[in-house]
Amino acid sequence: MKLLSQALTSSEDFQANRKAHLDALSQIETAAAQAAAGGGPAALERHLSRGKMAPRERVAGLLDPGSPFLEIGATAAHDMYGNAAPCAGVIAGIGRVQGQEVMVVANDATVKGGTYYPLTVKKHLRAQEIAEENHLPCIYLVDSGGANLPNQDEVFPDRDHFGRIFYNQARMSAKGIAQIAVVMGSCTAGGAYVPAMSDVTIIVKEQGTIFLAGPPLVKAATGEVVTAEDLGGGDVHTRLSGVADYLAEDDAHALALARRAVGNLNYTKPSTVNWQSPEEPAYDPEEILGVVPADLRTPYDIREVIARLVDGSRFDEFKPRFGETIVTGFAHVKGCPVGIVANNGVLFSEAAQKAAHFIELCSQRSIPLVFLQNITGFMVGRKYENEGIARHGAKMVTAVATTSVPKITMLVGGSFGAGNYGMAGRAYSPRFLWTWPNSRISVMGGEQAAGVLATVKRDGIERKGGQWSAEEEAEFKRPTIEMFERQSHPLYASARLWDDGIIDPRKSRDVLALSLSAALNAPIEPTRFGLFRM
Amino acid sequence: MFSKILIANRGEIACRVIETARKLGVATVAVYSEADSEARHVAMADEAVAIGGPAPKDSYLRGDAIIAAAKQTGAQAIHPGYGFLSENPDFVDAVEAAGLVFIGPSAKAIRAMGLKDAAKALMEKAGVPVVPGYHGDNQDPEHLAGAADTIGYPVLIKAVAGGGGKGMRLVEAPSEFADALASAQGEAQTAFGNPAVLIEKFIGSPRHIEVQVFGDGEDAVHLFERDCSLQRRHQKVIEEAPAPGMTPEMREAMGQAATRAAEAIGYKGAGTVEFIVDGSDGLRPDRFWFMEMNTRLQVEHPVTEAITGVDLVEWQLRVASGEPLPCAQDDLTITGHAFEARLYAEDVPAGFLPATGTLSHLRFADGCRADTGVRTGDTISPWYDPMIAKVITHGPTRATALGQLARALEETEVAGTVTNLAFLARLARHEGFAQGKVDTGLIGREIDALAAPTETPVAAKALAVVAAAGLWDGDASGFSLWQSPRRAVPFEEEAAIRVHGPGHVAVELGEEAHTCQLAEDGWRVDGAKTGARMAQSDGAITIFLHGAHRFDIPDPLARGADADASDLTLAPMPGLVKAVFVSAGDTVAAGDRLAIMEAMKMEHTMRAARDGVVAEVLVAEGAQVEAGAALIRLEDEA
Repeated sequence: MKLLSQALTSSEDFQANRKAHLDALSQIETAAAQAAAGGGPAALERHLSRGKMAPRERVAGLLDPGSPFLEIGATAAHDMYGNAAPCAGVIAGIGRVQGQEVMVVANDATVKGGTYYPLTVKKHLRAQEIAEENHLPCIYLVDSGGANLPNQDEVFPDRDHFGRIFYNQARMSAKGIAQIAVVMGSCTAGGAYVPAMSDVTIIVKEQGTIFLAGPPLVKAATGEVVTAEDLGGGDVHTRLSGVADYLAEDDAHALALARRAVGNLNYTKPSTVNWQSPEEPAYDPEEILGVVPADLRTPYDIREVIARLVDGSRFDEFKPRFGETIVTGFAHVKGCPVGIVANNGVLFSEAAQKAAHFIELCSQRSIPLVFLQNITGFMVGRKYENEGIARHGAKMVTAVATTSVPKITMLVGGSFGAGNYGMAGRAYSPRFLWTWPNSRISVMGGEQAAGVLATVKRDGIERKGGQWSAEEEAEFKRPTIEMFERQSHPLYASARLWDDGIIDPRKSRDVLALSLSAALNAPIEPTRFGLFRM
Repeated sequence: MFSKILIANRGEIACRVIETARKLGVATVAVYSEADSEARHVAMADEAVAIGGPAPKDSYLRGDAIIAAAKQTGAQAIHPGYGFLSENPDFVDAVEAAGLVFIGPSAKAIRAMGLKDAAKALMEKAGVPVVPGYHGDNQDPEHLAGAADTIGYPVLIKAVAGGGGKGMRLVEAPSEFADALASAQGEAQTAFGNPAVLIEKFIGSPRHIEVQVFGDGEDAVHLFERDCSLQRRHQKVIEEAPAPGMTPEMREAMGQAATRAAEAIGYKGAGTVEFIVDGSDGLRPDRFWFMEMNTRLQVEHPVTEAITGVDLVEWQLRVASGEPLPCAQDDLTITGHAFEARLYAEDVPAGFLPATGTLSHLRFADGCRADTGVRTGDTISPWYDPMIAKVITHGPTRATALGQLARALEETEVAGTVTNLAFLARLARHEGFAQGKVDTGLIGREIDALAAPTETPVAAKALAVVAAAGLWDGDASGFSLWQSPRRAVPFEEEAAIRVHGPGHVAVELGEEAHTCQLAEDGWRVDGAKTGARMAQSDGAITIFLHGAHRFDIPDPLARGADADASDLTLAPMPGLVKAVFVSAGDTVAAGDRLAIMEAMKMEHTMRAARDGVVAEVLVAEGAQVEAGAALIRLEDEA
């Protein structure tokens, strides 16, 4: 059934919305550009003077020309560490090599020598997690000095720290997910295990080095004086040690060798869903910026967004007359069948039950799920608690948590409270989680949080017979409101990798399609749900 | 009419004959060598018989095998095409002895024309003008001066034993004769130890004009003339009919002379009488002289067909099967003007070196006649003449036909080998040629300009980068969340792209950047429509944009240990290894001769590119090698 849009593209509202979204977008664009610039022109100049390719050109040179690159954490570590680690010092994303979708993880040596900050580790691990869940071969373009020593306590010891990288490599290799390393610079200490743990390793002549301890440490430990090249250069590792398999003349040659290695993987995508011929939506995705209100508090019909995401704007809506604050239904995104779960207001019991039902349907049929999240939470109040909204909410959360079909979540508005859980927030391991520049995420709204704190405070003051003026209350609430505002911003969230990245809403369809395509490299296992509280 | 014929040839002429035979309902049998088993003429014929190895002497020159093939398939007649056995009287005898019909003249006629001097004498007797000259033994100066007077000035004095211009003098007037003779004889004596000279008519602005004749064994008609003056080293390049500047009187005179020549030898079938014409003073009926007669169908016969509307192969088949001449002289007329250009696989800037290759792309322009023996995917092998096609145009006037020829050549697309297309197109656009000022020396005089390498338009280069990146079809989205990444592309020079969307690519070439966009009418570069087309083959991309522009695409993997070709001496063209002068272990200095290759009757010396030691000789003398084959490997001194 084709959706009919009510939007008037020439209306003042439409134009005002569009402008507000473009303003928000330009802020993200600036942040992304800063991240892409890595360690800056001077560091890049030094890097290039060593005969190396720029980190992003390495990634591009690895991928098929003109093929998509779905970058992960493009603004990671934004405004963190005194902005010392743009993009968290590592480029990660999904691209295509010889037609095969792969995960690329490329150190940016222009950023503090490619050393690992806590978020570098988190981003590397997130990239590996995506690769493992979606059966994507990993290609590591290694050029890193290893752990960032001043931050060693947040990089080395814990479970999800540096060592987890090699654990993941071994586990993925065991699952038949290819691990390919291209050593284009240093690979020192723990870092040496990235190439050593790979299935296939390529090293650049007189540029790449692999050793457990560099020449200074060797001298300190044993007194032996040795050059980096003799200790662990490309010639040594391809001729004597066997740590690397192919010797490349330079970066370009190394990338060509890596491309050839991918060409020999002999991997085919499993047969999962029934693809259809892709079709453009009847409504231009460009109009998303106009149909979505600039203010999160302004309600709108989420079908306006769906109409601009799905093939032919056709949407087979499921249970349209029941639990109307959640919209569920079947559609196709660039030919891939999807089940869409989208918020259209506060979650009530009926909506939660309907969503759980729909998720069961999609799981039964192995149809990937797309969550369009714009949720203030579950309805509160005596009536709702008494009818068991927590019980109904739990059904939805159980369904979301235990389904085996790929889930892809897009934050298109607010993501507050338990609504975040029911709508496949980060904790529910969606395969991908993307956010829009206008989205906000926090445990509750800043006003509500400040209100809760103020109520507690006022109660205390008044119990002691004190007085609290409205001005005093406002002054009390302000820092909380400001903190929530700052922390709920998508740049703040994405900097900490609470999501996989902020995207241009107009590219949502492309992002969804690529996410789905990547996800379908893994077979869809049968679902076994947890117990539904009836 | 025959019911089945065998074509004892290959390439375009075999295809050409098959086409007419098919039109007449005559079944065809092709013969082929091992090198031609998938060739176009084999595909076109109803039946095909293998007759031997790739060398012509092992196949297309094997009369016995060809006659056996005809007997075996029940063919009644053999069409020889041109070249190979077409003018071999012994073959004609053998065909006839086998009870088959030879589609062409009698062995006797071929023999009569085969010996050039005897043919001239025969023609003189038949009243056909021959180049005047004195070739006698009487070397008395008085006598020679008298001979010169009889011949008519200007004359050439040539050393009988001569060569290379030594002992040769041009004499403009009788008063200069005595001095010139003395100095020529002196020079001849010094150079050759023999002072004897001969005297010939000097032809100032020689033109090659030939007349197409057709005989039934008794009577003959002519189908007017062709002008083949555009030649390079006696190889015809562009032919036309009728001859520019031809007058009715001259045509009448030449036509009559040609038919007399044919009738004098009882000629049967298609033949060509070649004349040399002095064009220095316009075309005059008293200034053409017989040179020789070609007793076969000529390569350039299509221009005659175009202006007369006659299918010469059809006439050949009719007359050979016993039918009378299809029409009388008075029924033949000229309509319009026609040109033919010979498209070859050859490297013009490298001195017209014959080339080979697999035609990854072949497309002729609309509106021209293209006689070809190859298709896309076929190979130009080193074994035979590297002709790809004959491009023929016909128009109401010479100017129109020539314009069409230039356009057709410019729009012809060949990839997979180098061609002489740019050279031909320049000739077709040559101002003097357009004015009809043709003579056999034109190409030689202007060879530098005509054979210069073509300039590559920057748009072609930008589009080659697009193609090298695999983005020619324009369907790659180049999607990225934020900035579009810059990607280096393996190309002849440093190049990179940014893909902004489907069919929208920014190409960086050094400091320059160009925007390439795919529109309904093809790729545009910086907004300009190009209409460019593309062909891709192993390691190369050809962009067709006002001519073919070939770009080598380096293999990014052919680096390091996988590729160190600097020590190798490679064959510059296909050919025969005539001699090898070194063996393994020999120390050589840069410039030393290593080997000699022979290709298309020319010898090429391979020299050491640097000092070193011969590590390996990779070929044996007498081997036939492809272009690019490794011949000798050097190593640094041990």
